[in-house]
Amino acid sequence: MTKKINLHKPVLAVGPFHPLQEEMEYFQLTVDGEIVTDIDVRISYNHRGMEGISETLQFDQVPYLVSRICGICSASHPLAYVQAVEEICGVKPPERALYVRTIINELERLHSHILWAGLAGHFIGYDTVFMWSWKYREPVLDLLEEITGNRNNYGNVKVGGCREDIQEELKPKILDEMDKLEKKIEMLTKAVLDDPILHMRLKGVGILSKEDGIRYAIAGPTARASGIDIDIRRDDPYAAYGELDWKVISVPEGDVFAKVVVRLLEVLESIKMIRQAVKKLPKGPITAEVKEIPPGEGCGRAEAPRGETFHYVRSDGGNRPVRHKMRAPSYVNVPSFKASCIGEHIADVTITLAAVDPCYSCTERLAVVDGHKNIIHNYEALLKMSRGKTARLKKELGLRELKMEDLRLE
Amino acid sequence: MDDKELKSKLEKIKDKLTKIEQTSEKRIFLYCESENSHSVNKYLFEEVPLRFVIATGIDSTSCFEILYHYSCDEIGWIVTLKTFIREREKPTIDSIAPFLPGAEWIEREIHDELGIEFKGHPDMRRLILADDWPEGVYPLRKEVPK
Repeated sequence: MTKKINLHKPVLAVGPFHPLQEEMEYFQLTVDGEIVTDIDVRISYNHRGMEGISETLQFDQVPYLVSRICGICSASHPLAYVQAVEEICGVKPPERALYVRTIINELERLHSHILWAGLAGHFIGYDTVFMWSWKYREPVLDLLEEITGNRNNYGNVKVGGCREDIQEELKPKILDEMDKLEKKIEMLTKAVLDDPILHMRLKGVGILSKEDGIRYAIAGPTARASGIDIDIRRDDPYAAYGELDWKVISVPEGDVFAKVVVRLLEVLESIKMIRQAVKKLPKGPITAEVKEIPPGEGCGRAEAPRGETFHYVRSDGGNRPVRHKMRAPSYVNVPSFKASCIGEHIADVTITLAAVDPCYSCTERLAVVDGHKNIIHNYEALLKMSRGKTARLKKELGLRELKMEDLRLE
Repeated sequence: MDDKELKSKLEKIKDKLTKIEQTSEKRIFLYCESENSHSVNKYLFEEVPLRFVIATGIDSTSCFEILYHYSCDEIGWIVTLKTFIREREKPTIDSIAPFLPGAEWIEREIHDELGIEFKGHPDMRRLILADDWPEGVYPLRKEVPK
């Protein structure tokens, strides 16, 4: 009998391709009316076998491989890897290299968080936020290009130091861009935190409790928005983070709004860090000499924009790693959907899934299979549902859509 | 928790371990055999308590190793529990997913890569291998050519 009921449970298939975030993932939501009762996640549509490939490369080739794990975290992965190898061979990179690593990693966090803020705005129908955020993000990418030669896939760290230095004449430009960006982000943060509709739309949605967070071993802004006060930059300081003055942003609520707050405030902290690091940038070489990698094992980790990136490397004294394990933060953050999405409305699932900022992909195809009926929605339908809720809330608040006439000057 | 407290807590399960080794200032390795893995993991996660990071499965030719990495965030240490599965024909170990849902995926992944069976795992489907990948071929085993 129970089985029969199960067969008629409507299943909402979200995925396996996402039109905005260019990776593949498949979410199968079991729904009861508007409410999600279960979620199943399927990954690895695009498995690239990097752990296997890494064993066929030499130690100094691996950073270029791991920077291609993700286009956005392409500074954190190589950094975690080289720190693991530096632990094996006991090499300490020069001071200047540590500062250059810090600046590049914080620039990466800036562009990643701003990108996310834009996407989150887009998902709930705030396209102005989307346009503005992405416009503000552009100068950050330009700075990265000027320092490393690439907007993404910087390939700038190597075992024992860095490949490209920050030129002295670039320092005023970085400081200037940070000043400009700070003003814009402050404005954006105030606009978001003051908006009554965003409060109604995002508060209390997709709550992930601290207890669930610990059981699912979550990391990064997702953890910090659930009151789990962890940040590798402070807890196990690497690069130059130990010498800078900044604070970890952590709030207890665990809902989507908390994740927005954490990320926006982190952007401001990153700007502060970059400014200090550029001013303090010590003189000297940027590489230390590395001879052979002795047998041994090492763990390296870095705080990527989405959370802790962990690399384990084992060497047998040869010129290639015998085992290289990599863990990206989304690997632990994505399974936590089981705790945060169940009991939510379908209209809220888009933003709840996006709030974790997973390197994820889905929603292009949305198929509702209900008994004998077969209703197929597309990506627009999901977006419409999410935006429809925002519009409904606006109406309840007695606010009307802003029209061009309202802006006309007297 | 400071480093002394962590060390004394780790000393308490000494009888289940074969070795405790501190490799550098902030890294500590614990060694144990596969039959003690479940209880040591439960102690590390629930009693110490440490934050689970990930597990690494390794084929080291004579045996299989599973490394459970934990983080002690108060002091920034990484505690790694190294368990050895000596049986090569039908490697089996107790699953830790029933009390640590964050380990569900990685156990499925290690099962895909190395063919290690996790006893008591709630959902042992494939995670990373394609549906049409042949049964019984485990890509990270040493006998599989790279």
